[in-house]
Amino acid sequence: MRVVSSVALHVFKESVRDRVLFGLVGFAALLIGASYLIGQLTAGQDVKIIKDLGLAAIATFGLFIAVFIGIGLVWKEVERRSIYALLSKPVRRHEFILGKYLGLALTLLVNVAIMTVALYLVLAYLNTHFTDNARAVWPAPAADPGMLRAIGLILLELLVVTAFALFFSTFSSPFLSAALTFGLWIIGQFNADLRNFEAVVESPAAGYLARGLSYVLPNFAVFDIKTQVVYALPVPFSQLMTTTAYGLAYIALLLTGAIAIFARRDFK
Amino acid sequence: MRWRIAIVLVCLMAAVVGLQAVQVRQGGPLAGSIENVLYVRSPEAMKRLALSYDLVLADIYWIRAVQHFGGARRSADPNRRYELLYPLLDLTTSLDPYFRVAYLFGAVFLSEPPPGGPGRADQAIALLERALDAPSRQWEFAQAIGFVHYWWRQDYEQAAAWFQRAAKYPGAPEWLVPLAATTLAQGGSRESSRLLWQEIARTADEGWYRSSALHRLRQLDAMDELDRLRAVVEAYRQRVGSAPAGWADLQRAGYLRGTPVDPAGAPYRLAGGAVSLDPASPLNPLPTEPARLR
Repeated sequence: MRVVSSVALHVFKESVRDRVLFGLVGFAALLIGASYLIGQLTAGQDVKIIKDLGLAAIATFGLFIAVFIGIGLVWKEVERRSIYALLSKPVRRHEFILGKYLGLALTLLVNVAIMTVALYLVLAYLNTHFTDNARAVWPAPAADPGMLRAIGLILLELLVVTAFALFFSTFSSPFLSAALTFGLWIIGQFNADLRNFEAVVESPAAGYLARGLSYVLPNFAVFDIKTQVVYALPVPFSQLMTTTAYGLAYIALLLTGAIAIFARRDFK
Repeated sequence: MRWRIAIVLVCLMAAVVGLQAVQVRQGGPLAGSIENVLYVRSPEAMKRLALSYDLVLADIYWIRAVQHFGGARRSADPNRRYELLYPLLDLTTSLDPYFRVAYLFGAVFLSEPPPGGPGRADQAIALLERALDAPSRQWEFAQAIGFVHYWWRQDYEQAAAWFQRAAKYPGAPEWLVPLAATTLAQGGSRESSRLLWQEIARTADEGWYRSSALHRLRQLDAMDELDRLRAVVEAYRQRVGSAPAGWADLQRAGYLRGTPVDPAGAPYRLAGGAVSLDPASPLNPLPTEPARLR
């Protein structure tokens, strides 16, 4: 466990030193701030628009961090040949993979936390500009703690995406890993359509195949409860728990796969 | 070396800013440039393309709808058109079915008669009917449908029916019940119109909507004042035998103390014995009243 945590800490420090990472966080904060200005362009709904933009910015910048850093986690070590030095030390291969993953997970957690604080600060500031009359018709308060549920699921989704990026980076090039990860993320948004594919095709076999794939491929749409939190619609606790379990199970599956592939790789 | 690069960068930046200023001075895009284009009109297709960004896209389409309406409304072009307004509102509310303001304001935008709007009360009602499945405050949408029937279609039976329906939704305000009764009994009267706008002005949570209601109330006040002034002009004509040439004649005859001004501060116009709003008054154009109540 000590080895895993020291690898994770190393990844985190390296990510923090990475200028792209700082740039992304700064840009996210800037976007959230700019969303206040965008709110001025429209007739009403400033708070709703800022919530929408803030949550989307957190998801988007987190996605870019997860993919572009995740795909280089293993590949960079192989490319730099530092993997030889690393594996010659008392670091087992599965510890290396787990440490890399947890390091990026920590980076994502810190980034999402910073973006969340920035979003809540903008919303709390904006809240002071409205009368009680205007606030009375909002479905949820401006700095609604309920939004944390959506942010929590965004983080979980990012952790699944990171697991995919790491999995692909154990056996393919960064370009291919990025393409595969983004591709699966997009397919994962259409999971419900795959399930209903048999309604639009004549071939029962194609329908069954699509339905089967819908169970195997990741369903990223289930992590999206932004509409529910923005409009204070009910989100059953059981659904949150099922989604969390689903995300964790997928992460465990991908990490196991990554470890299995990495364990068989020959670096001679 | 560093100084040289810095000087080159500053010079290039100045060139970029200068050339942009020249372009702005030349008058923006060339004739034939396409500004008002909506590439995807199908809400179903857009929902698919949105991935998990449906709320943000709805916001963008809403901002576009507001800008399209405002831009066309302020345009000096006599043939101004609002052809993208309904598709933009349709996309907005399809991507975000709970976008309350898009339904309420969108219906106001769509109902406004030309040249201030497209005058499509039918589309406004269609838009609002889709909002009735909202999780809360459904009464607002039912009341807004009644309002469109009342104000823009002058169909008082339908308006009263919708006000009654609105009153039955949970959380509906108490004033909807008397409003429905008044509309049915004396629909189209200025008093019932005033009651409706007063309630909107009192309860509106958005500044734009409230000022729109206050504007309508000022128009109703101006219509009352115009009626009074016309009666004064008629009384003068009966007494003197000819119409007054201007407000000064009425002042000299003791009918008025000064030049009357409308609620927006513009003086009323008296020409050829006819009283009207000054063409420059911001209260123009006054709403049309049903013939049977004039």
